Amino acid sequence: MKYMLLMQFSEKNVDFPKLDEWKPEEIQAHIQFMKQTNAGLAAAGELVDAQGLAMPETARIVRSHSGGAPVITEGPFAESKEWVAGWWIVDCDSEQRAIEIAAAVSAAPGPGGRPLNMPIEVRQIMAAPPTEL
Amino acid sequence: MTAGEPTVEDLLRTLAPQVVGVLTRRWGDFAAAEDAVQEALLDAATQWPAEGVPRNPRGWLVQVAGRRMTEQVRSEQARRRREELVAGQVPADRRSAPGADTTDEGADDDTLALLFLCCHPVLSSASAIALTLRSVGGLTTGEIAAAFLVPEATMGQRISRAKQRIKASGVPFRMPDATHWPARLDAVLHVLYLIFNEGYVTSTGPELRRVELSREAIRLTRAVHALLPDDAEVTGLLALMLLTEARGPARTGPDGELVPLAEQDRSRWDTGAIAEGIGLITAALPRGPVGPYQVQAAIAAVHDEAPTAAATDWPQILALYGVLSRTSDNPLITLNRAVATAMVHGPAAGLALLADPPPALVGHHRLHAVRAHLHELAGDREAAVADYRAAAHRTASLPERHHLSLCAARLAARAGGGEPDDREAGQC
Repeated sequence: MKYMLLMQFSEKNVDFPKLDEWKPEEIQAHIQFMKQTNAGLAAAGELVDAQGLAMPETARIVRSHSGGAPVITEGPFAESKEWVAGWWIVDCDSEQRAIEIAAAVSAAPGPGGRPLNMPIEVRQIMAAPPTEL
Repeated sequence: MTAGEPTVEDLLRTLAPQVVGVLTRRWGDFAAAEDAVQEALLDAATQWPAEGVPRNPRGWLVQVAGRRMTEQVRSEQARRRREELVAGQVPADRRSAPGADTTDEGADDDTLALLFLCCHPVLSSASAIALTLRSVGGLTTGEIAAAFLVPEATMGQRISRAKQRIKASGVPFRMPDATHWPARLDAVLHVLYLIFNEGYVTSTGPELRRVELSREAIRLTRAVHALLPDDAEVTGLLALMLLTEARGPARTGPDGELVPLAEQDRSRWDTGAIAEGIGLITAALPRGPVGPYQVQAAIAAVHDEAPTAAATDWPQILALYGVLSRTSDNPLITLNRAVATAMVHGPAAGLALLADPPPALVGHHRLHAVRAHLHELAGDREAAVADYRAAAHRTASLPERHHLSLCAARLAARAGGGEPDDREAGQC
């Protein structure tokens, strides 16, 4: 079963300072943790894809516009308090395992080595074979 | 640069464009020839290592791929006959593959003509790159897809659409004439440069295995250089690639982190590649007219010749950027020139050049990264931290974001009276 684990950054749901305020060794520990996590998932044969997204400064919001050109809103979205920071796609045996992986990445270390406890949204990907109805 | 016996794979990939060339000339159908050769290559890759390389490997490939084309044409015709009840007679002898000992005459021209076709300006860069890697480079669709981290079906579609586009535009399979030669050769070199750069930057999927695109670009450029040894820009591009690739082993740390030029362990640079690159560029430069690839190679050579970062001949690099800015209007040259200016005349002079950046650079992460570096050199930590952060927020490369965030954090820690740091200024 394939699951997408969405790392949803949300200012109101986290209680750690912005990355800009972290100490160098805290940033390094965080990067190290993510690399090890991905290497572990790959070694277990569970990693399908893992991607980080560029920061919201470079984001664009596009909306089609009846009878006219599409409307494109350019960043920076100073007011945006929530954004998708990145995702993993894992292929694992059970939802239980997907939740375990999400819990592990949610515990990525932040300032002072404390776990960030970032919310990770676990969504099943619609890749299951159809059943005979 | 790899020593020793050429492997079956090396041999196949050298022969691939020649065989596509022969069949395209014979049948006048590049798209079909390319598909047939791709299948013949797959056959050879499984058969040759087990059964031994045939006496005339090129003839073997021409024959096998030619047979596939014959089958294809026959079944196509059978289909048409059924559908249209028209007997389109094709004499079998006109469609048969050439004898196994056909000479290699024209093979070189075919490889070049194929490159000109695959890098034709009617194609987008992404299409030209994919088609070149498959037809000229002899890579499989799967390998190319893996290198660009897209699904194989997507890459297959990109390649077949590129071939359709060539067909629809009526671009002939032959050498461009003298009037079109410079522009067409520029397009070829640009595609090779992009392939190299994609491999060199390796900006996405840091943990995933990729076909080594930079090595493939060097191999292809080497082939073009062998065919056009007197073209100074071809030589310049090959030198630039070698001189850049030479620093590859020192560019990343043990955890895949970026190591900037000034901090690289120069003992890890590939001295063989440096010597070859310097030899090439030294021979090319006096042959004039000096183009942008030669100048960039000359700049890379100056960096590579310096035993330490401090010993870099910055006045010469600054002069070369002056020459480069007259041959090309790439805004990134402005940035590099500002760095060289700062190294020669001080950071304030470099920053002054960036006070009014060209529109293409506004908001670009590289502009912020360079400004940050120059502010740091000038001792203005606060401005440097702000620019490092701005750069980190705008880059699309994860290793680069890590690097820039660390630069900002290290400087901020020092500015805030954090733990002592024995690093020199300008080496964030």
